[in-house]
Amino acid sequence: MTQSEWPLWEVFIRSKQGLDHKHVGSLHAADATMAIQNARDVYTRRLEGISIWVVESKHVHASNPDDAEAFFDPANDKVYRHPTFYDVPASIKHM
Amino acid sequence: METVEINLEEQFQARIDADISIEPKDWMPDAYRKTLIRQISQHAHSELVGMLPEGNWITRAPSLKRKSILLSKVQDEAGHGLYLYSAAETLGTTRDQMLADLHSGKAKYSSIFNYPTLSWADMGTVGWLVDGAAILNQVPLCRTSYGPYARAMVRVCKEESFHQRQGFEIMQTLCEGTPVQKEMAQEALNRWWWPTLMMFGPKDADSPNTAQSMNWRIKRFTNDELRQKFVDMMVPQAEFLGLTVPDPALKWNETKQGYDFGDVNWEEFWNVVKGNGMCNKDRLGARVKAHEEGAWVREAALAHAKKRAERAEAA
Repeated sequence: MTQSEWPLWEVFIRSKQGLDHKHVGSLHAADATMAIQNARDVYTRRLEGISIWVVESKHVHASNPDDAEAFFDPANDKVYRHPTFYDVPASIKHM
Repeated sequence: METVEINLEEQFQARIDADISIEPKDWMPDAYRKTLIRQISQHAHSELVGMLPEGNWITRAPSLKRKSILLSKVQDEAGHGLYLYSAAETLGTTRDQMLADLHSGKAKYSSIFNYPTLSWADMGTVGWLVDGAAILNQVPLCRTSYGPYARAMVRVCKEESFHQRQGFEIMQTLCEGTPVQKEMAQEALNRWWWPTLMMFGPKDADSPNTAQSMNWRIKRFTNDELRQKFVDMMVPQAEFLGLTVPDPALKWNETKQGYDFGDVNWEEFWNVVKGNGMCNKDRLGARVKAHEEGAWVREAALAHAKKRAERAEAA
């Protein structure tokens, strides 16, 4: 069988002006134009968005779940990066 | 080697027990992957084939309003199929493979769509009863353990509720209409009631995979639990419409605070599952025809994209 399957695309939608594009799912399309048109039909039938990004799935590089510990745990013991780490005297305002 | 495998499996189950989602690149047992591919693709196929019985009535809807609504509903079903195929693809299968399995008859779809839609009242009944049953099945799946499946189901459930309400509205309109219209509604209910009860699948005693699926949280209630919920939910709605549920054994049971109801004709159920229902051949035939007749479009779109990409590169 010849290649009959259209490439896979990841779809990102901006739900309203001022918010970021968020991943909503994927779909198949022959090219970017068709991917955007299909994304309109599949993912925005009820005013879910005002802007669409599509990225061919093969271009997405992801972190490896097996590396998650080494990758993300270092942030775990750095509570001082959060404002709640610091005691502010009750009489101090606007901080 | 074996101990490592056991360990991974234990960790996997521990995550599921802690309600932590499994994502595509996470380790999962082969059986979990296979079961999910089968379950999600079967669901996707049901959405796809589910367009056919209703597509049958688009050109004959009684008003422009009803036609617009029905078109939207059928379009939603195409969308639901697409969400679900995408979710299944994250498990390593391909769209081509899933469609090939549907078209060869290897993969199943919900047997409810192998019943014919004979009158306009069937559009009401399908929305009210069939989508009502689908919602009961689907809402718990919004919390299923596999992330992409759960996210697809959230989307599906958001849209499904309109399907049920429009069906109920059709029924209500018919029931408040002329005696002939009301009779049409009753006749549709008579034909769809039992096949809808079959949608929840075989009795728990005949559903050997239920325990494993519940453990994996890819099923959250048993078939019989959902069937009971459905009957308890639907009987008062039928009463509101002034329709009679076609089950002489139906009776309120004060002790269990639910209805007792008659036994489904399981012989009919298995017969339809095996491919001998009223419309199995028609439905699959229509699917295969659409796929084959669309082949040139798919090829042309690919050729066009390739040509444009080459031109862009040359420029």
